Amino acid sequence: MAEPVSVAAEYLAGSRARAARTVLGQVVLPGEELLLPEQEDAEGPGGAGERPLSLNAGARSRVRVVCGPGLRRCGDRLLVTKCGRLRHKEPGSGGGVYWVDSQQKRYVPVKGDHVIGIVTAKSGDIFKVDVGGSEPASLSYLSFEGATKRNRPNVQVGDLIYGQFVVANKDMEPEMVCIDSCGRANGMGVIGQDGLLFKVTLGLIRKLLAPDCEIIQEVGKLYPLEIVFGMNGRIWVKAKTIQQTLILANILEACEHMTSDQRKQIFSRLAES
Amino acid sequence: MKETPLSNCERRFLLRAIEEKKRLDGRQTYDYRNIRISFGTDYGCCIVELGKTRVLGQVSCELVSPKLNRATEGILFFNLELSQMAAPAFEPGRQSDLLVKLNRLLERCLRNSKCIDTESLCVVAGEKVWQIRVDLHLLNHDGNIIDAASIAAIVALCHFRRPDVSVQGDEVTLYTPEERDPVPLSIHHMPICVSFAFFQQGTYLLVDPNEREERVMDGLLVIAMNKHREICTIQSSGGIMLLKDQVLRCSKIAGVKVAEITELILKALENDQKVRKEGGKFGFAESIANQRITAFKMEKAPIDTSDVEEKAEEIIAEAEPPSEVVSTPVLWTPGTAQIGEGVENSWGDLEDSEKEDDEGGGDEAIILDSIKMDTGVEVSDIGSQEMVFHHVGQAGLKLLTSDAPIILSDSEEEEMIILEPDKNPKKIRTQTTSAKQEKAPSKKPVKRRKKKRAAN
Repeated sequence: MAEPVSVAAEYLAGSRARAARTVLGQVVLPGEELLLPEQEDAEGPGGAGERPLSLNAGARSRVRVVCGPGLRRCGDRLLVTKCGRLRHKEPGSGGGVYWVDSQQKRYVPVKGDHVIGIVTAKSGDIFKVDVGGSEPASLSYLSFEGATKRNRPNVQVGDLIYGQFVVANKDMEPEMVCIDSCGRANGMGVIGQDGLLFKVTLGLIRKLLAPDCEIIQEVGKLYPLEIVFGMNGRIWVKAKTIQQTLILANILEACEHMTSDQRKQIFSRLAES
Repeated sequence: MKETPLSNCERRFLLRAIEEKKRLDGRQTYDYRNIRISFGTDYGCCIVELGKTRVLGQVSCELVSPKLNRATEGILFFNLELSQMAAPAFEPGRQSDLLVKLNRLLERCLRNSKCIDTESLCVVAGEKVWQIRVDLHLLNHDGNIIDAASIAAIVALCHFRRPDVSVQGDEVTLYTPEERDPVPLSIHHMPICVSFAFFQQGTYLLVDPNEREERVMDGLLVIAMNKHREICTIQSSGGIMLLKDQVLRCSKIAGVKVAEITELILKALENDQKVRKEGGKFGFAESIANQRITAFKMEKAPIDTSDVEEKAEEIIAEAEPPSEVVSTPVLWTPGTAQIGEGVENSWGDLEDSEKEDDEGGGDEAIILDSIKMDTGVEVSDIGSQEMVFHHVGQAGLKLLTSDAPIILSDSEEEEMIILEPDKNPKKIRTQTTSAKQEKAPSKKPVKRRKKKRAAN
């Protein structure tokens, strides 16, 4: 990774904004400014303030570009706030999504994320759930499927909860619920009594949750298992025996630091024994 | 931050796993995690890693007056700190219970066992003694702080060297490390703590508990022992009731473990000693593994370096040569003179200037001989008073005339000027690629020069 960093440093010295297109897949550092494709032409060869005359001046196509994690809008440019590799995804319509792939262990609550929380306190009508952020999230007892004032959910202190955030910003304590917008549980709620909970980095979770993740498919071929991924870095695993659960937990933790060849070797060895 | 609570699910799982004699990382009941000892560049600095638990130990010494009731003994001071980076739950004000417990245990283990000979730390009885201070910092908490801390403390003490002192009558001389090699401390034995965690009211036992295992344990037994199987300290906490034969069994296990750990420590100390003696590199930077995958690794992007050389040459060629400061010889006293700045050694350029040809055109500076041949300018070696320097660069010809050599002494023999003017060096810019070519025709220009002089 030394080469892209040195290129980045060289540009930082001149502190010129670069086109986001040219930097895709390279390491960007916080403080860099990136130009979006439509702005490149304006800043191009007529840099002294001249604008090339365009015939249909009125019809400037407006493209919606989504600014993902690690980027922030600064005027009409993108400002990088986390160091990592710049990525881009081209959806059907619009200009696409830009984001920075960074590595982190400490979780910051984000609205819409599905997380695994541990119930720490029951006070009145709400539960306090620890999600690994700076504050415990609050979960109302009515936010479970089929819960009414008379029919309270069976949640004890120390239970594991899988839910999603409805309110999560840096000024207020986060709030989570265990139902979706239609009122159905959709997999959320209290997680079963057995199984093992362990913590990994946020980057690994995102990798495992990506569509067509090889690791999950290979793991599924080994043993029958139940697995829950929380975006806050927590994974809950359950297999038939304790030995199998431990093996799965260790494999998933080790996957982060292995190349795909090493992983395939380990899986084949496990499949034999 | 508040400590992450332990969920019921984890607690149940861990206890069931222990009943089946399974640990989270696959260890056996009596297995220790990997111990790794690395030393810093200073004497007395070390980092001990017990699995993921890391402790940094640093020993320092100072001359102070002794305690009143122990006038002939040195002073030992131990301090363990739980750094905030070790765990989110460690905050500046919050960890007092655990901290006090750990500090007390460490002190009993190291001080009361008299592992260090404090009499040897005395310099002048009643007036000056050495105070040895051991500072331990917990860098990462993954269980079993006390074992890691005791290993770090004893390793740091064994590694430490104090300045040498000699007493002759009333005179005390303290030698710096440059004058005399520093002296190691006098250590009788190496006490090491071994922790045993008990579960289910003493039914199950684990050595070297992990952080998760520490959360669910019922009680903890710490035995500090040295390799001669002498127990230095023994402490049981958690309120569990242990049977006599359980304690005896633990002490036997501790004996075996301490022997292994002591061997590891001695080997690490020996390795470090060897590296230092042979003049190799030592220190923390050397002990960090370089080629290790830390996160999703990507293959290195190949970079085309075929045009680097040409580009470098272009840059060198286009750059202006540094503007010449005419160096007039400065005569300090008869027999001593200074030419040029003291910083840069310009004598080496003398050989280069003689060897250089005029190939390569205007990029190179051309010496007097070549100029004489090309431009036909007469340069007179009259003697002392005048020298002519020619510089040819991209900028063109510059004629610089120097003044007479500056004479500093006010002796009366002012006519005596020792220097030979044509020996004065010139600042020349040379191209890197032609360096090799310069060496070859070294003989010819010299000969030409001599002929010129003869002709004049």
